[in-house]
Amino acid sequence: MGISTTTTPFLTRVKESEKDKFMQQAVAKAQDAQWDKREASRKELGHWQDWRKLGEQIRQHVIHYLPDYLEEFADNVEKRGGHVFFAQKDTDAVEYITKLAKEKQVQRVVKSKSMVTTEINLDKELLKIPGMKLMETDLAEFILQSDNWDEPTHIVFPTLHKNRDQIQKVFEKLGYDGDNDPTHMARFAREYLRRYFLQADMGITGCNFAIADSGLINLVTNEGNADLTMAIPKTQVVVMGMERLVPSLKEAEVLDNMLARSAVGQKLTSYCSFSGEQVTGESDGPEDLHVIILDNGRSKALGTPFESILQCIRCGACLNVCPVYRHIGGHGYGSIYPGPLGAVLSPILGGYDQFGDLPFASSLCGACTETCPVRIPLHRLLIKHREVMMDKLKMDKPTTREIMKTVGLGTGTPNLFQMALEFDHMATRMFVSKKPTTVQNLYNHEGHITWAPSIAKGWTDVRDAPRPPKHTENFRRWFQNFEESKEAVRHGK
Amino acid sequence: MKVVVFSTCIVDLFFPNVGAAMVEVLERFGCDTVMPKKQICCGQPTFNSGYVVASQKTMRNEVDSLLSIDCDYIVGPSGSCVNMLHEFRMHLADDPEYSKKAEILANKSYEFTQFLYRVLHIIDAGAELDAKATFHRSCHMTRLLGERTAPFVLLDHVKGLQMMPLPHIENCCGFGGMFSVKEPEISKLMVNEKVDDVVSTGADILIGADQACLMNIGGRFSRRQLPIKIMHVAEVLNSNVDMSRVRYADTPAAV
Repeated sequence: MGISTTTTPFLTRVKESEKDKFMQQAVAKAQDAQWDKREASRKELGHWQDWRKLGEQIRQHVIHYLPDYLEEFADNVEKRGGHVFFAQKDTDAVEYITKLAKEKQVQRVVKSKSMVTTEINLDKELLKIPGMKLMETDLAEFILQSDNWDEPTHIVFPTLHKNRDQIQKVFEKLGYDGDNDPTHMARFAREYLRRYFLQADMGITGCNFAIADSGLINLVTNEGNADLTMAIPKTQVVVMGMERLVPSLKEAEVLDNMLARSAVGQKLTSYCSFSGEQVTGESDGPEDLHVIILDNGRSKALGTPFESILQCIRCGACLNVCPVYRHIGGHGYGSIYPGPLGAVLSPILGGYDQFGDLPFASSLCGACTETCPVRIPLHRLLIKHREVMMDKLKMDKPTTREIMKTVGLGTGTPNLFQMALEFDHMATRMFVSKKPTTVQNLYNHEGHITWAPSIAKGWTDVRDAPRPPKHTENFRRWFQNFEESKEAVRHGK
Repeated sequence: MKVVVFSTCIVDLFFPNVGAAMVEVLERFGCDTVMPKKQICCGQPTFNSGYVVASQKTMRNEVDSLLSIDCDYIVGPSGSCVNMLHEFRMHLADDPEYSKKAEILANKSYEFTQFLYRVLHIIDAGAELDAKATFHRSCHMTRLLGERTAPFVLLDHVKGLQMMPLPHIENCCGFGGMFSVKEPEISKLMVNEKVDDVVSTGADILIGADQACLMNIGGRFSRRQLPIKIMHVAEVLNSNVDMSRVRYADTPAAV
């Protein structure tokens, strides 16, 4: 799949999302439910703002000393008998894993949910190997795979856009003949997947945190599928973004705690495991472990104003509070990383040509920045992207640039603004609607405006505008009169 | 005490009623208000659109203008614009002269309800308004300026005013400055849900502390032909005032 999920232009996707009332209701309902669960679980922990600062410190520290921690981690994986491969690009990672699968004559792969393997399009590449069977074992990813590889819409809840009836239909194709009760469907999936687990000869997982001082892989799930993926197959592949490190178990404990509360509103996930290469005397775990550490554009953020996006722990809380995500859903963004995090990260990984629309698709309300457990200033990074695109790369249309230049002049030159205040009432005369507005106090001064040209059309496409008052009745003039009468009283007139 | 009126461009361009209400309330509580004529705008339209170079000129003009009259406080009728004045410290940090001025500016600047509640320690401004209303909590005022309490305390004490809780109060109304004109498709979805939420409360009046949000939501009311009045909190606090009702906090709120 890669980072991009579509070739449809952004505006078309937004309009498609607007029509998808089911998706909008599903997302809104999920956001509202998560809001309560998340805030309750954070409140229960107490001192949430202090925890956030600690989370931020841990992540900033790791990013600052990233080369050192990568080296320490790789050494420790190798000490335990595992292999480490540094992949600069998505294709490097895919090539390594494909080669490994061929060498080991792998026929059955089980995977647990991993955004980074979606990013490198691993599933479809592995399936090109003749005779290869591959199974996504996370329930939601399993549903997407079974529905002809439908696109995920959320990094934590990939099937947020589907309801139980739709899932029932997907499962019927696999032989399910029960009703739409989630418990029955989950039981079916569990039995279906268990057969694959027992026959699998390669397991592939992502990585929530990589523990530098022990070389262990920390995985958190609510289904236990990652643990089975890690425990049963003899060959194990872990794919991780290069920034996924923590110094030791101590920091992992802090971040797992914050991750679970932020992602799903739980104290901890049902399963939280730390695993690595099988050691002598153990009955489970991989005999051959390969850890692929992926750059794929992440290092481009290092040392730039965007570095803090590498602090992200992929909890998805910013998606769950985002009013734009609420309405356009994951598919609207056209990236496997949607929401505020995706709008910051996708242009870094995939470039402005493909993802330049995303940083503008935000009202900058700051809900993302407020909820982020590791204090990434997400809305500020969106503005930063805008600055790079407008001020540095000049990617705006010439007309837009002229308009914004005028706005800049008008808001920065007192005489021009005074002139605007003199003439704005007159200038808007031709746009005045005769129909009275139903809204009192929208300053309905000799009519309001229902249609305006140029950039203002964006406003009137959606809502009416007040008409500016006559210059003799604007606030500046009011204040001048007020001051004069105050002065008169002061002088006893 | 001398108070500089930070009028904001939205109020200067469209809403004399809001500016007037704010000044009348401030004067009633003993403030001597003055207005620097060269002030224009806090710079968000260009800054937030990525035209940061252009916004520098706007920000410097605003700093110089607002500091041109010696005063105790600077007060404005918008949580978002006042927050931007505070952020000048960050945005003008590379300029030694203006970063110093920005610091002085930030320390004096307050949003209107914040000033009444945290500086003047007022909890009841003596107003009376016989109506059923709800309050739109604006994003920048809440999340960036950090003011979550002041307007609620002041509105709760308005005689006759029945305040209805607004569902999804934490969600943005879809204004977002230039976002509203540049991304009308998304903005429409957001403001529509906000309008539905306001309608669901049964309120006759929507009150807010950021007039730009009210212009957005009110404009959508108008387009949907809904007879809901919009009122800036300053207008509410300036309604039928009886000074004998005025009350101050027993324990002053922290600044």
